[in-house]
Amino acid sequence: MAKYIIRRLLWGIPVLFFVTLVVFILVRFLPGGPFDFAGEKQLPPSVVKNLEAKYHLNDPLWKQFVDYLWNVVRGDLGPSFRYRNRTVNDIIAEGLPVSAQLGMLAMLIAIGIGIPLGIIAALRQNTIVDYLATFFAIVGVSIPAIVMGPLLIWIFALKLQWFPVSRWGAQPPYFLGFLPKPDITFWRHAILPAFTLGTGLSASIARLTRASLLQVIREDYIRTARAKGLAERLVIFRHALKNSMIPVVTILGPMFAAVLTGTFVVEQIFAIPGLGKHFVTSIGNRDYPIILGTTLLYGVAIVIANLLVDIVYAWLDPRIRFD
Amino acid sequence: MSTVKTTTANQLQFANRKERSPWGDAWRALLKNRLAVASGIFIIILIFIAVFAKYIAPYPYDKGNLVDNYALPGPKYLLGADFLGRDILSRTIYGAQVSLAVGFVGAFVSLLIGMTYGLISGYSSTRVDNLMMRFVDFLYAMPILIFVILLQVYFKAVARTGVGGPFLQTLVAIDNKMGGMFFIFIAIGMLNWLGMARIMRGQVLSLKRKEFIEAARSIGASDMRIIFRHLFPNALGPCIVAETLAIPGYISTEAFLSFLGLGVNAPRPSWGIMISEGYVGLRSYPHLLLAPAVALTLTILAFNFLGDGLRDAFDPRLRGQ
Repeated sequence: MAKYIIRRLLWGIPVLFFVTLVVFILVRFLPGGPFDFAGEKQLPPSVVKNLEAKYHLNDPLWKQFVDYLWNVVRGDLGPSFRYRNRTVNDIIAEGLPVSAQLGMLAMLIAIGIGIPLGIIAALRQNTIVDYLATFFAIVGVSIPAIVMGPLLIWIFALKLQWFPVSRWGAQPPYFLGFLPKPDITFWRHAILPAFTLGTGLSASIARLTRASLLQVIREDYIRTARAKGLAERLVIFRHALKNSMIPVVTILGPMFAAVLTGTFVVEQIFAIPGLGKHFVTSIGNRDYPIILGTTLLYGVAIVIANLLVDIVYAWLDPRIRFD
Repeated sequence: MSTVKTTTANQLQFANRKERSPWGDAWRALLKNRLAVASGIFIIILIFIAVFAKYIAPYPYDKGNLVDNYALPGPKYLLGADFLGRDILSRTIYGAQVSLAVGFVGAFVSLLIGMTYGLISGYSSTRVDNLMMRFVDFLYAMPILIFVILLQVYFKAVARTGVGGPFLQTLVAIDNKMGGMFFIFIAIGMLNWLGMARIMRGQVLSLKRKEFIEAARSIGASDMRIIFRHLFPNALGPCIVAETLAIPGYISTEAFLSFLGLGVNAPRPSWGIMISEGYVGLRSYPHLLLAPAVALTLTILAFNFLGDGLRDAFDPRLRGQ
């Protein structure tokens, strides 16, 4: 196991390096520099020259890359174009906790609804319960967040007026840096966006759980468990469920990536001041340092999440450590 | 007496029985799945709408009448008009072109690259195969959608400022001709050939050890003949099934990129762009959203049902249940 973990972690190094390299190359070749404009006016050439010298933009490319890497390793992602006296770091520090709250709620919804729904459908295979669950799962998978968000707002915020239309209900300081105070304001604001993000994922988890459990309960060891007279409840929960979760774990990596990219649109739709909203706004503003800094952050987060999922997977299923 | 009769009948039946191919079996199994058939018909109708959009749409997609901005559904505009007074029904009809083009071209590109790569990898020596698959593993670990977003930002910036060499400018010109779809095709192809390569390689690996391949080799068939006459047709089924199930992903990726302003160029309508323009006015003008949202969801749903139906039809283990 330890050997496997080390191998996976070593594998992560070239991947992370490549992610940084791609981002860096795009930084340097994007048209327009960080000092083309100050507000609406163009800066005089002499000032631009000095600023470029200050930020080492005239150094050879390899040196800039090494410096950039070094800065990134130290956690400095550079200045923002648009917000003059703020750095990309400031913006991430402000937006990331909100996005993390939203993302974690969405994942909880996805798992909390998806797994039970999949289990029920599998245990009642070919009954009306199964057909309904399968049908709702396929519909849930098919509604993209950009449709689900406005739909939920229209029904629950505008028509029924149960929830607010937009904004976020938590403010810093956060517990442990990102956990909000779980008061009524927070929940009222969080429910619609979290469901927008989580429903589609819960549907794909339900489908996967159902398929996997159906396969597992046909295995010989389940027949053995039944043959020795175990209660059905024990057969399912103690023997079948654990092994049927193995394929579900593999989807957690892509799911993390989907939640991350999902926050881009969900935060835009609900006007939530998270990192995803900043990211989308920075695309519109051509605020390249923010785009690049945040994509680097997202990319690295996804790579690390995939690594962790691989390790959990190997822990659950010892067979794959040996390939 | 009766025994003799039955035997004759059986023999007759046997003689008359048509040859059954795996493709024919799958086709018959698919036709029994009513949701899949309905989805297939829906998609065919949608293709017709997209191809003949010019003749079906009551208004052009790019010209509006500012007097009619935010017009409610009525006799003049069946589904209303948007913030520039452009007919929503017409824009939704033209939007089908983008979604379907992205779905089918994305599928074609990813099939072409993925199947070729997987075929070469699976058919080559173990060392080459290992090398090629480690490369796929490496790319698999990449946050590709994030790269695609970055690349779209880059391409849009290059197109806007006109910098870059002649090669880049040619690409930008092609992209402009296609209304901004070209880079989305590239992005989606890049995103999705990896899975196809893995499936194809697995198919080739398991098929190339089968007896019928050995038989073909023993009578002196060339590599090319074995690949195209024997391996390829047998590996095609699972690849097509996987590809159909991937199409909804392509369509929602395009809608997602368009929603972020990184999709097709205005004024060309895409359902993603229409939704991003419409949700802002949700409180007062929910009708702006209705048509593109319904169209997008139904299209994704139809491809999902069809893909599920195809998968069940091609899986002999599920047949006859």
